[in-house]
Amino acid sequence: MVEGQIAIEEYRTGITKHHWDLKKIQSAHKVLASYLYKKGEVNRGYANRTLYVNLSTGIIQEKPVTDDMKKKFTGGRGFGLKLLWDSIKPTTRWNSEENELLITTGPLCGTTQYAGSGKSLCLSISPSTNIICDCNVGGFFGPYLKFAGFDALELQGKAREDVVVVIDGEKGIVSIEAAPLEEINTHLLSEQLTQMYATENTDKSRQKVSIVSSGLAAQHSYWGCLNFSFYDIRRKVPRIKQAGRGGLGTVLRDKKIKALVVKVGRFDGVSNHPADPITLAKVGIKLHREIRNLDRYQCNMRAVGTGHLVEIMDAYDLLPTENYRFGSFPKASKIYSPKFYELFTKIIPDGCWHGCTMACAKTVDGYTVMTGPYKGEKVTVDGPEYETIGACSNMSIWDPLWILEFNFYCDTYGIDTISAGTAIAFYMEMYEYGILNKERCSGLELCFGNADAALELLHRIAQGDTSEFIQVAARGARRVKDWIIQKNWGEKQLVEDTGMESKGLEFSEYVTKESLAMQGGYGLTLKGPQHDEAWLIFMDMVNNAIPTFQMKAEALHYYPMWRTWFGLNGLCKLPWNDIEPANNAETAEPSKVPEHVQNYVEYQNAMTGWNVTKEDLILQSERCYNWQRAMNVWMGRGQRKDDWIPFRAMGPVTEMEYLSRKERYDTQLLEKLRKSPKDVEKMTVREKLTILYEFRRGQYNKLADAVYYRRGWTPNGIPTPQKMRQLGFTDKKMLKMLQDKIDADEKNGLNLWGGTYAKEEQPPSNQKRYWETWK
Amino acid sequence: MDHPKTVKILKFHAEKCKGCLECEKACSQVHFKTKDGGEKSAIRIKKADKKYTMHVCDQRGLCLDMCPVGALTRKKNGVVWLEKELCIGCQACVGFCPISAMRKSDARIEPFKCISCGSCVRVCPEKALELIEIQIADITQVVHYRLGA
Ligand code: SF4
Ligand code: SF4
Ligand code: SF4
Repeated sequence: MVEGQIAIEEYRTGITKHHWDLKKIQSAHKVLASYLYKKGEVNRGYANRTLYVNLSTGIIQEKPVTDDMKKKFTGGRGFGLKLLWDSIKPTTRWNSEENELLITTGPLCGTTQYAGSGKSLCLSISPSTNIICDCNVGGFFGPYLKFAGFDALELQGKAREDVVVVIDGEKGIVSIEAAPLEEINTHLLSEQLTQMYATENTDKSRQKVSIVSSGLAAQHSYWGCLNFSFYDIRRKVPRIKQAGRGGLGTVLRDKKIKALVVKVGRFDGVSNHPADPITLAKVGIKLHREIRNLDRYQCNMRAVGTGHLVEIMDAYDLLPTENYRFGSFPKASKIYSPKFYELFTKIIPDGCWHGCTMACAKTVDGYTVMTGPYKGEKVTVDGPEYETIGACSNMSIWDPLWILEFNFYCDTYGIDTISAGTAIAFYMEMYEYGILNKERCSGLELCFGNADAALELLHRIAQGDTSEFIQVAARGARRVKDWIIQKNWGEKQLVEDTGMESKGLEFSEYVTKESLAMQGGYGLTLKGPQHDEAWLIFMDMVNNAIPTFQMKAEALHYYPMWRTWFGLNGLCKLPWNDIEPANNAETAEPSKVPEHVQNYVEYQNAMTGWNVTKEDLILQSERCYNWQRAMNVWMGRGQRKDDWIPFRAMGPVTEMEYLSRKERYDTQLLEKLRKSPKDVEKMTVREKLTILYEFRRGQYNKLADAVYYRRGWTPNGIPTPQKMRQLGFTDKKMLKMLQDKIDADEKNGLNLWGGTYAKEEQPPSNQKRYWETWK
Repeated sequence: MDHPKTVKILKFHAEKCKGCLECEKACSQVHFKTKDGGEKSAIRIKKADKKYTMHVCDQRGLCLDMCPVGALTRKKNGVVWLEKELCIGCQACVGFCPISAMRKSDARIEPFKCISCGSCVRVCPEKALELIEIQIADITQVVHYRLGA
């Protein structure tokens, strides 16, 4: 086969073609509500209005975006927070009538010249955590939403029957349509709707439609994800990217939304109307060239996507295997990126938005499904990305084809590969200990490595199986912990320590045992244990560049703020540091990638016409980050106890784990805990575990102290009104709520440091209520 | 489908060129309807060591695989063609062109390139430019997507 330069019309993937009676499906639609709007132009990155749709009442309206809103919340996730604050209550739960699902864009979203500029930011109250969950996702929906005229889409209420919400940016009509006949699973539904709503029967026309959908499993589990489509004119199929974490697909289906559809007419490279398109193009081209010249020597994103991380993580003992018991595994080489490279289709611009030359959105075409309702069908599988491969290694699945199978079904059923994989890995460990067994698992033999059983679990969730285990299992690790403890099947401590969730959300796929900073990166977060706030393992563990609590705290301030910034603007994080300028290592702070930070300064200025500095970018984030934390406090969470992580994330839980890395841990007893070699020799493994346990928990508490202080919070993790004022917030309701909470903490003795400090050690501040003196 | 086998590309006779840049002016006339030449010309003549060099697209087509919207195609006559109406200005083709012959002018967001129209050939007073026919198979280049360096 010729490699490359295949005419687009001639490109064949060999996937199964479907023949639907789309006319019949469409004529079954009933318009329940519709709204005509005046199309407007995007100006300097903003459409300057948001779209509100209430599914219960059928109300559809526009809301203006004010300058104050831009100043305080920038855009994207920030706008989402502001709109949520105006709409929900502290008692709102994921399935409450007033809960919202927001899809927002950000001022840089939809740019085509700078790689990674097509992200949508999704927010809702999560079924897993009962607080705000935010996800950053690719696909065409966000850019098209903006080009259709809106900076954000706000969905409230619940429909009574299955509907699609259609935003026709060509005609200027928003409608809610009853849609009874479409499929629900994404790989079919997104194709049906793309064909149905394309203005013409051409691939170029289909490329101007984007669908957000979920799947059958989303309505029976807390792992529901949102699939954002981007039509591929070569493969001739809508491909998908996931807003995976926290169950936003579950919320979508709870609102009885089958899908969101957006379509646009012609747009071009300056549809965002940047203030300075010339500079913007220059910065963008510079990055394209860097990617062209260096990616092959750095991350190989263009060849294998994020899967290149598997071999690195395995080498550094960070690849989660058997529910994070180990960080590497003898069989791991079977799933290294070259194995997937063999399967991926090459020579296609695999960006999840136009112009992303990082092109990490890799695909296996013509994959033959092995199990379940689509057995035998040939499909396009989007991915697997690193996290999905890691989720599978966590379940001890070492066959690339089974990883594809898991990836395909999670996607089409609308569930998050990370949450599902991490939770199932935990169930498998419980199975190994006999705490769960075949009978307790409704007939599933959920032992490590049993891919068939893991898939069967997904199928049964999708079918709406009502057996006790399937129902609880589908709600994730936290609920299964409670269930096991309530049934008294296993030792509570063991169950709590090994189920890898925090705040109710499952961990993503990195072993954090040897990096305290990364433990904070997972625990001291807003939405739960997701690595998108900070990834500090190498800096901390490999390079030992942030040895003190203060330095770790500084990193756990800067990086979460920096990474939050992408979400305020509608950007992808990857082109920031998954490609680095050739001379990056020689700069003062290589891990910040200073030249790229400067790119972003120029980029935001070129788009908006502002005159910001790199410090301003952090300030933009700090506002939103604190606002989100404050909202979590408002909802009764967002405090020290909520930032706790299971011990498996901090160190070895079982004797087997200790023994598997005995030398490492024994050395730590000698060096960090200053035990004598004689003592260590005499100790049983149990005793050693206990000592390590106490030590590491103590370290984590001290880390939390340092981080809270650095972020301007109380020792209980509450953002202080003083800090909020410094950030420019004057909202009385918010400030009062925080003060009340802090006063209540004072009464309950919670304004105290969590760490126990020896004589020669210092807590972050010795002053009581240190924040009160802040101006 | 019938695929073109040959394409015309520019050939430069450096020894004849006097550096008058009439070719660039003719070229910018084709692409931007101005006689500015320079950054608005797809063909660039530069002086290096007292000798002139030509810098222009040779229709190798690496960019064809970069375009996310199918705005770049190989025409029946073999020329790599950028369809302005389809282009969304991402600059992927500009950034990835191995010889930087896909150009971006400040005048508009869509890039432009040599289309082997021969305007420069016709206008060159020194007959330093020529369109020659070559086998596409001899010049085809595809974008790097391999694992490792
Ligand atoms: S780097 Fe990957 S995920 Fe990020 S925008 Fe590009 S293709 Fe999408
Ligand atoms: S027109 Fe001819 S002589 Fe003048 S610069 Fe171009 S190639 Fe050289
Ligand atoms: S700039 Fe235009 S022609 Fe070039 S790759 Fe992007 S869309 Fe295609």
